[in-house]
Amino acid sequence: MSSALQQVFAHPVSLKDVQTHFCPGCQHGTIHRLVAEAMDHFGVQEKTIGVASVGCSVFLYGYFDIDVVEAPHGRAPAVATGVKRACPDKFVFTYQGDGDLAAIGTSEIIHAANRGEGMTVIFVNNTTYGMTGGQMAPTTLPSQKTSTSPYGRNVANDGYPIRMAELLAQLEGVTYSARVAVNTPKNVVQAGRVIKQAFETQIQGRGFSFVEVLSACPTNWGMDPLKANARIGEEMIPYFPLATFKDTSAA
Amino acid sequence: MQKRLLVKGNEAVAMGAIEAGCRFYFGYPITPQSDIPEYISREFPKVGGTFIQAESEIASINMLLGASACGQRAMTSSSSPGISLKQEGISYMAGSELPGLIVNIARSGPGLGGIDASQSDYFQAVKGGGHGGYHTIVLAPNSVQEMYDLTMLAFDLSDRYRVPAMLLGDSVLGQMKEALIPHPYVAPADLPAKDWAVSGKDGRAQRVVKSLYLGDGELEAHNWKLHRKYQELREREVRCETAGLDDAKLLVTAFGVTARIAKTAIRMAREEGLKVGLLRPITLFPFPDKAFADATAVAKRVLCFELNTGQMVEDVRLSVARDADVFFYGRPPGAGSLPTPEELLAQIRKHYKD
Repeated sequence: MSSALQQVFAHPVSLKDVQTHFCPGCQHGTIHRLVAEAMDHFGVQEKTIGVASVGCSVFLYGYFDIDVVEAPHGRAPAVATGVKRACPDKFVFTYQGDGDLAAIGTSEIIHAANRGEGMTVIFVNNTTYGMTGGQMAPTTLPSQKTSTSPYGRNVANDGYPIRMAELLAQLEGVTYSARVAVNTPKNVVQAGRVIKQAFETQIQGRGFSFVEVLSACPTNWGMDPLKANARIGEEMIPYFPLATFKDTSAA
Repeated sequence: MQKRLLVKGNEAVAMGAIEAGCRFYFGYPITPQSDIPEYISREFPKVGGTFIQAESEIASINMLLGASACGQRAMTSSSSPGISLKQEGISYMAGSELPGLIVNIARSGPGLGGIDASQSDYFQAVKGGGHGGYHTIVLAPNSVQEMYDLTMLAFDLSDRYRVPAMLLGDSVLGQMKEALIPHPYVAPADLPAKDWAVSGKDGRAQRVVKSLYLGDGELEAHNWKLHRKYQELREREVRCETAGLDDAKLLVTAFGVTARIAKTAIRMAREEGLKVGLLRPITLFPFPDKAFADATAVAKRVLCFELNTGQMVEDVRLSVARDADVFFYGRPPGAGSLPTPEELLAQIRKHYKD
C-alpha cells in the first residue's frame, strides 16, 4: 500500500511569504491569494506583469512575486493598455479598489473595456476608501455612514452606488464580467473559479475580463471582522448581486 | 543631391519619431498638433507600430507610461491645454525614471485661450509642470529640420538618462512647411540597456517600476538620485546656437519661433552697423547658463525676446554676468500678436549702446 502523503495545501508560488500590512479581517489577503492561485494554476507567474493602483492595493509588488508597474490613481487600465500593447504575449492584470476604478478611473476602465484590451481587471469593492481612512466611495450603499457621509449616504445629494460589473457587461468590448464575494467558504471557492475563468479568457486571447470582488473593510466600517463579514451577505449582496453578467469567452 | 522634402513641422516630428524607432503612439486630438497623430495613424501600420487614439490626454500619457515601462520607445503629442492634463502622468514618469517623448505644439492661453503660436508654456515645460519637484528634458526646435532632428535626439537623451523628454514647439513651427532633409537614424552605441524594464520575471528577480517610496530615507535618496541626473544633464547636454558673439555689444536671445524673427532683426541691425549677437537656447532644460555667462563677458546688454510677458528672461537673469543688463521684449500670445522683425529691430535700437 502506498504510504506517500499527498500535499493538498501550500503557499502559492506567485505570492511572497511575507506578512501583509492589511488590517485584521480585511479580505485583500484572501483575494490576493485567489489571484496568486490562479496565476499558479495557469503557470503564468514568470510572464505576468501586474499593474498596481492607488489605495490599499498599492503594495501589490510587495506581495506578488511578479513584475509590477505602479499606476497613478485610477489610471491602471490605461497603463495596462500600454503594457499589453507593448507586450502582447504577456499576462497582464490590474488590481484596483472602488475609489480608484469606479470614481477617479471610470473613464480609463470604460474605454479599456470598450477597446477589448486583452487584460484582466480584479476590482475590489468594499464600499469605502480604505487607504485614506473610510471616506464615501462610489460604491458606498444608501444610508451607509462614512467619514464624509457622517449622516449616511444621501442619494439625493450623493447619487447612487455604481454597479460596475453590470455596467461593463453592456459594452461590446467586454468578454467576461462577473461579481463574486469572499465572505463564506462557498463564495471563496466560487470566487477562485471565476478569477480562473477571467484569467483563462485572457490566456486564450479572448479579450477583456473583469471580476468584481465584494470585500470587507472592518476598520473603516467600524465593525469587528465577524460583523463586517456578515454585512457583506446582509447588505452588500442584496445591492450588488453575485452573478456572471457576461461571458462570451466560449463564442 | 540630397533628398529634400517639403513638409510641415508636425509631420517632421512624426517622421523623426518613426525613423528613431518609436513604434508606440498614444494621443488625443487637439489643434494645432493633429497632423502628428494623423501622420502616425497612416504610417504606423506599415512599420508594425501601435497607434491608439485614447479617450483622454490623461489616458494617453498613462498608456505611454505603460509602454515605456516595457522598455519600448513611445510618445504622445498634444498642445497646451492637453499638456496640462498630462502633467499627472509626466510626474509619475519622472518619479518612476521612465523615458518617453511628450510633444507640445504649444498654443495660446490661459484656459482655452486660442490656437495661435505661444511661448507661455515655458515655465510649465522647464520647471517641472506637475507636482513633486522634477525636470523633463526640454528641446526647443526652430525649424522643420530641427523638429525632425531634435525628435530623434529627445529619444536618445530620454533613454540615456531615464528622464522624460519634451519637444516644445508652437503652432507656427507645427503648421509651417519648409524643406526637410531626412537622414537615417543612428542609435548611439553607448545607450544603456533597459535592464529595468518589466517583461515578466522569467527566471530573474522581480522588477518593479514605481514612484512610491515610503521607507525611512528612501524618498530622499531617490530625489537626490534624480537631482544628480539633472546636474549631469546640466553639465553634459546643453545645446545652443550662437552667432556674432565675438564683437557683440548687444546680445539678443530667443528660442523657437521667436528666434527666427530675432535672426531677421539681427541681420537688419548688422546692416545698420550695430554689433548684435544671438544666443538661441536649443535645450531649455538643461538651460545654457554657462553660455550666457560667457557671452555676457563680452556683450554687457542682453535683450530677451519671447512670445509671452516674460518667462525665459528669469533664467537669463540668473545666468548672465553680474554686470550685464537684461532687457525684455515680449507680447502675450494671441491672434495678430506675433511681432514683426521691424518691431524687434526698434527694440534693438532702443537698447543698443556702443
